[in-house]
Amino acid sequence: MKHDAWIYIAIMALVTYLIRMLPLTLLRKEIKNKTLRSFLYYVPYVTLTVMTIPAIFTATGDIRTGIAGFLCAFLLAWKKQSLPVVAFVSCVVVFLTDILLTFL
Amino acid sequence: MKTSEEFFAGLRDGFPIGLGYLAVSFTLGIQCRDAGLSVAEATVMSLVNLTSAGEFAALAIIKASSSYLEMVISQFIINLRYMLMSFALSQKVDPSLSVGHRMGISFGVTDEIFGISVGRKGKLSPFYSYGAMAVAVPGWTLGTMLGVIMGDVLPGRIVSALSLALYGMFLAIIVPQAKEDRHVALACLIGAAASFVFTYLPAAAAISAGSRIIILTVAVSLLAALLWPIREEGKEGHNEA
Repeated sequence: MKHDAWIYIAIMALVTYLIRMLPLTLLRKEIKNKTLRSFLYYVPYVTLTVMTIPAIFTATGDIRTGIAGFLCAFLLAWKKQSLPVVAFVSCVVVFLTDILLTFL
Repeated sequence: MKTSEEFFAGLRDGFPIGLGYLAVSFTLGIQCRDAGLSVAEATVMSLVNLTSAGEFAALAIIKASSSYLEMVISQFIINLRYMLMSFALSQKVDPSLSVGHRMGISFGVTDEIFGISVGRKGKLSPFYSYGAMAVAVPGWTLGTMLGVIMGDVLPGRIVSALSLALYGMFLAIIVPQAKEDRHVALACLIGAAASFVFTYLPAAAAISAGSRIIILTVAVSLLAALLWPIREEGKEGHNEA
């Protein structure tokens, strides 16, 4: 049987939205439990780390430009530059590294 | 901060996200075409889902014409990390924030918007989220549409350079906090090492990227919470750092 693309899309949207919406609407109080509070404090940083490493090294399709972009972003982040600056300058560095490598 | 200031701060921080989304969703659009989706179907899919990993996984299911149940399960598993993020955000917004605003910001809980949201000092204003969504959602939707229509016209070199933007932004959120709190630094180092191992260890190769992110996030955050519980700022008054 051929499945309908629109039904697939509706299912996806519903499941994804419920996952995002239920915790935010049902949990109205501040959590008192210290372990749970600590857990939620670490979650964002750990999850962003896990998503970034090692994906950042392969995202550009060339590990050399990936490493250049990573080093640039890490350094600028260390210097507490704003999000747009870190993101944009890192992309430029990747682009320039890519061009440079074609001449080597 | 005023409502409009929050909105414009969201727009500003959301700009690189929108740019990154445009590039990523462009490649998604190309794959949508390969999976047999029309321009309208692909565009609406991105507009109402706003999730890269979830949509990439969905395309495989649509292409194979798998069951609707499989679609439910795959989206649930892959996007489960949003539940963790929403839990975290529920503690970041004002406890008295209305249900309407909570439902509104829920739509924009993506890895990237979540990332900039937790980077805000103090409570999160819903208008900050709306500002970020105002550029991120069109970027994601438009990129997908252009991908289906135009295919591979954008030079590959530019697409690949832009694909680093999102990760660069993640680092801009993680690194300053890790610098300030060595427990965050340790948790992130453990997470990074574990992520490397799980990605390249042959025995763990069967674990999808979505599952890997969930498993490692829960395991490492729990470990960190047990080893280094946070100090209750301002509650007891005498144990502040």
